[in-house]
Amino acid sequence: MNKFAVLIFALIYPLSLLSAAEVIHQERSMYRNILVEDSDNVRCLKFNEQTNETHQSCLYKNDPQRLVFNYTKLLFSGLLVLDKAPERVLIIGLGGGTMSNSIHQLYPNAIIENIEIDPAVLKVARQYFGFIENERISSKVADGRIYIKRAAIKNQQYDWIILDAFNGDYIPEHLLSQEFLKECKDLLTSGGILTSNTFSVSKLYDHESATYKSVFGDFFNVRNGKNSNRVILTSNQPLPNGKVIANRAKALASRLEPFGVDLIKMTSAITSTKDEQDWPESTKVLTDQFSPANLLNQ
Amino acid sequence: MGIELLGGRILAPFFGSSVHIWGSIITVFMLSLSLGYLIGGKLSTKAASLSRYGLIFLIAGIAVLPIALWSTPIMEAIFIQVEDSRYGSFAASMALFFIPTIILGMISPYSVRLLVTDKEKSGQVAGVLYFVSTLGSAIGTIITSFYFVLLFEVNNIIYTFSTILMLLGIAAVIYHRLFIIPSHTLPEALHE
Repeated sequence: MNKFAVLIFALIYPLSLLSAAEVIHQERSMYRNILVEDSDNVRCLKFNEQTNETHQSCLYKNDPQRLVFNYTKLLFSGLLVLDKAPERVLIIGLGGGTMSNSIHQLYPNAIIENIEIDPAVLKVARQYFGFIENERISSKVADGRIYIKRAAIKNQQYDWIILDAFNGDYIPEHLLSQEFLKECKDLLTSGGILTSNTFSVSKLYDHESATYKSVFGDFFNVRNGKNSNRVILTSNQPLPNGKVIANRAKALASRLEPFGVDLIKMTSAITSTKDEQDWPESTKVLTDQFSPANLLNQ
Repeated sequence: MGIELLGGRILAPFFGSSVHIWGSIITVFMLSLSLGYLIGGKLSTKAASLSRYGLIFLIAGIAVLPIALWSTPIMEAIFIQVEDSRYGSFAASMALFFIPTIILGMISPYSVRLLVTDKEKSGQVAGVLYFVSTLGSAIGTIITSFYFVLLFEVNNIIYTFSTILMLLGIAAVIYHRLFIIPSHTLPEALHE
């Protein structure tokens, strides 16, 4: 019996060395498996879908303000296009609530609405990621498309819409159609911006680009070059030129520094589709009627 | 099944892609299929013929057309009326799919009636029919979700389904008129 126990211990022990990460919370929601993992100084929210685990949101436990992920940082490129401090912000796709917290710390007076489809994600964000809610920051469990349609009926307007609902594994097709982007555009104040965090690869990249261009005209791509992440940055007004952007980066750089965002460096990660259109002119636009998004993103 | 699958795509712009959308669609399809089976079975007891069978196909082909023609205004009206997306999606599924699916459901029991000639073989005939229709559903599902949505617009797929149904219906009616001589017109002597 003793021998047996030793054998099992000997088998299991090396496994514990392999994964230093400790799962501190696990639950199965309506949509996916949700994991919260702690390793040393980093806490991560992970979705376990199909075969691969995707990191949704991470934070440094001893410095929660500092952003871990590059793409989250890239979303702040939006500040280079906005001509004033954002007063009303709409975030679709909550994750750990990192984006909402950061914007609140930067602009304490801004009204921020968070929309998340999965109630379990909202719960985890509150419990494990210090998601801040107060009279200015609200959260709602809803499908992003429905929320935007209702917001249009109520004549709500936003200076900044952040679309962060894609996780690389499954793309909600109804959040990537020409009709949806038009509905978003209609919610923007004059000079308001939309920043979308997307993962699209291969053929979908072309279709996605063509769809954004059909609604907004030329847009900015913000990339860090290494992976398939890109942030699409658009506005309902003409986008500013390089000089304006460089000046804004200089003016804001010190305020973004505590978040680990280097705005000056980021200016070189921005390319305009006016200068470089990297998809064929004939690419078909995605609509509610025609959207093979999940089939193309292989 | 092809239409059921497209249902998700049709409802998404107004009611999202939450779990309850599929709940609504599947509930409405099951509900209307069950009613369709009942009505189709009842109908088959009275003067069943191939041309009436064809008529069911024809009506089904017409009944799916509103899905392509008026789904946007119908869903818009429901979206404004019903705040809760669960009941909204259920109401929209009812409005769009209830009637066509009832009519499609009538086809199965009516087929049993037409194909069964021998009481002894009725189970076998029903078995073959279930086999064909369920296998057809499986093929319809996979082709629609894997290929059709990649190649065509949702409305075009619905128009194609509708055309196929109507053509089948017309073919059945014509075949019946041309090749099957109605029994009451036959001379008395042949009835022996």
